[in-house]
Amino acid sequence: MASNTLEQAEGHFEMFQVMNEEGEIVNKDALPDLTDEDLQELMKRMVYTRIWDQRAVSLNRQGRLGFYAPVAGQEASMLGSQYALEQEDWIVPGYRDVPQIVWHGLPLYQAFLFSRGHFHGGQIPEELNVLSPQIIIGAQIVQTAGVALGLKKKEKNSVAITYTGDGGASQGDFYEGMNFAGSFKAPAIFVVQNNQFAISVPADAQTSAKTIAQKGVAAGIPGVQVDGMDVLAVYAATKEARERALDGGGPTLLETLCYRYGPHTMAGDDPTRYRTSDLDDEWEKRDPLVRLRKYLESKDLWSEEQENEVVDTAKEEIKAAIKEADDTPKQKVSDLIENMHEVLPPHLKDQLEEYREKESK
Amino acid sequence: MAQMTMIQAITDAMRTELKNDENVLVFGEDVGQYGGVFRATEGLQKEFGEDRVFDTPLAESGISGLSIGLSLTGFRPVMEIQFFGFVFETMDGISGQMSRLRYRSGGHYNAPITVRSPFGGGVKTPELHADSLEGLMAQSPGLRVVIPSSPYDAKGLLISSIRNNDPVIFLEHMKLYRSFREEVPEEEYTVDLDKAEVKREGKDVSIITYGAMVHTSLKAAEELAEDGIEAEVVDLRTISPLDMETVLESVKKTNRAIVVQEAQKQAGIASNVVAEINEHAILHLEAPVLRVTAPDTVFPFAAAEDIWLPDHTNVTEKAKEVVHF
Repeated sequence: MASNTLEQAEGHFEMFQVMNEEGEIVNKDALPDLTDEDLQELMKRMVYTRIWDQRAVSLNRQGRLGFYAPVAGQEASMLGSQYALEQEDWIVPGYRDVPQIVWHGLPLYQAFLFSRGHFHGGQIPEELNVLSPQIIIGAQIVQTAGVALGLKKKEKNSVAITYTGDGGASQGDFYEGMNFAGSFKAPAIFVVQNNQFAISVPADAQTSAKTIAQKGVAAGIPGVQVDGMDVLAVYAATKEARERALDGGGPTLLETLCYRYGPHTMAGDDPTRYRTSDLDDEWEKRDPLVRLRKYLESKDLWSEEQENEVVDTAKEEIKAAIKEADDTPKQKVSDLIENMHEVLPPHLKDQLEEYREKESK
Repeated sequence: MAQMTMIQAITDAMRTELKNDENVLVFGEDVGQYGGVFRATEGLQKEFGEDRVFDTPLAESGISGLSIGLSLTGFRPVMEIQFFGFVFETMDGISGQMSRLRYRSGGHYNAPITVRSPFGGGVKTPELHADSLEGLMAQSPGLRVVIPSSPYDAKGLLISSIRNNDPVIFLEHMKLYRSFREEVPEEEYTVDLDKAEVKREGKDVSIITYGAMVHTSLKAAEELAEDGIEAEVVDLRTISPLDMETVLESVKKTNRAIVVQEAQKQAGIASNVVAEINEHAILHLEAPVLRVTAPDTVFPFAAAEDIWLPDHTNVTEKAKEVVHF
């Protein structure tokens, strides 16, 4: 009886898709209400982000970027979900989720400074509701429950969204965050970007659960498995989760099935040690850019010229952002000390003086 | 003025700040209608409503995460960890996350969080309840660690902690909760953070201590006085950062010092106090600075607590050792 219950429950978690690999709409009822300009904007952002990813990988190899976690393959999952947000919404990202906060408003050069480990990367502009990417897997999830509860208590008409991966869904904080948000009916959206591997460990080794989406059931919140290579599906699922949250329906768990084409990070990971090229090929056939491009071309909304224009703009802006990052004053130990407390304790005052003197030489 | 126990003073401090600032929220396990396992939040939910004083699900990491998120949206959280032995469940939330929110955002965000928690031995709790883990917090840059030894200080220090715009770990020694009453003003007042207090003046030896050991040390000082030794007792009150100005002033006067803590020798803050005295006052010393601590074992089961914890005779013996060095 117990195993029947599990099978029945798991049967409810079928992948939600709007547009198939050929760029054909397979679920007309679920087609989100997006204008032609919206669709073009989504395409533009995905192309831009792909170019940015390629440049970041290259800059990293030249020793000019620092920490970088590649995003190619996850553009639909990242950008489709961000596009469903309003400007006042909060994004509490994991370490790979830099594109979402940049498209939400963080200047690109600050994203590069985050990569380089410069504290100005985390000095979020006023009125922009994002955190800099969380490094501890899962810490952002419990914090999101808090942000969402705060938004509810302040009666804001906005939500908090957070991201983690298939590995992150194994953390205790993943369950605690969902459970807290569920218990408080807080307006949160938990996105698990299931890119199939947590560094080297495959998703099916993380859990005996058939889907990550079904883990919402234990917290008493809706869970949806989404085709994470289908930007329209990701957008629609996030939009629905957002509306439910604002209607007092509490949080939602979204599992977006996707793939990272590149390594876990640029710090020595070698995916050939744990993935086959067949698997890479299989996922590349589902590419989110190819799919939306086909759909847009079928509607006469996208051309090679438009694409080239985006590529050129991206390259120029990335170059300018790197220059701006290069021109940012180098950080000093005294900056670090000054940012520890509002009221500096005596021992740190002494240390501040010590470092200021060293730095003045 | 009213006669209050330390726990009443703590409740009064939270009541004061809940009244003063609508962004103050008080929450944790059983803190709502039940009023907390020690009744520290007794009556607060009734007075301020479920929106501001509330129970959370039972998960310490979740509670810390909630505090950080609430801070980001403009609140001033006062979270309770039911017993400080449970802090291991949320070391990341406290030492990893709230401690560095200001730095990692270059000062853009801050975490005005007060983490209240009962700790300390001598009350026969089950294991992993009473442990003296204040040293772990004191070794996390970005945190303040405050430990009151009296009802008056508890109220004033807790109000200061809640008003502080950075995270404060506020540790309440369980044995002091109801052990004595003293005059505590009913109106609001603050006691400065980062400031030690000389609890008893003396010229022969400085006893530097905090928490319940303040009382053990005061008792020892009375006994020492009978033997003609006048001990000065310094209550650190904030153990991170240390108020070395007050400590050094005392040591330079007495030229001898011991540091007394309930924590194990390698834990707590005693080693740091000794190192600071060495760096800043070694030429004033007539004897090495010695420590009275518990031994370096795990915090013991209840039946071994009394023989494990330092007592006033340990303090008098150690004080005599440095006086007669």
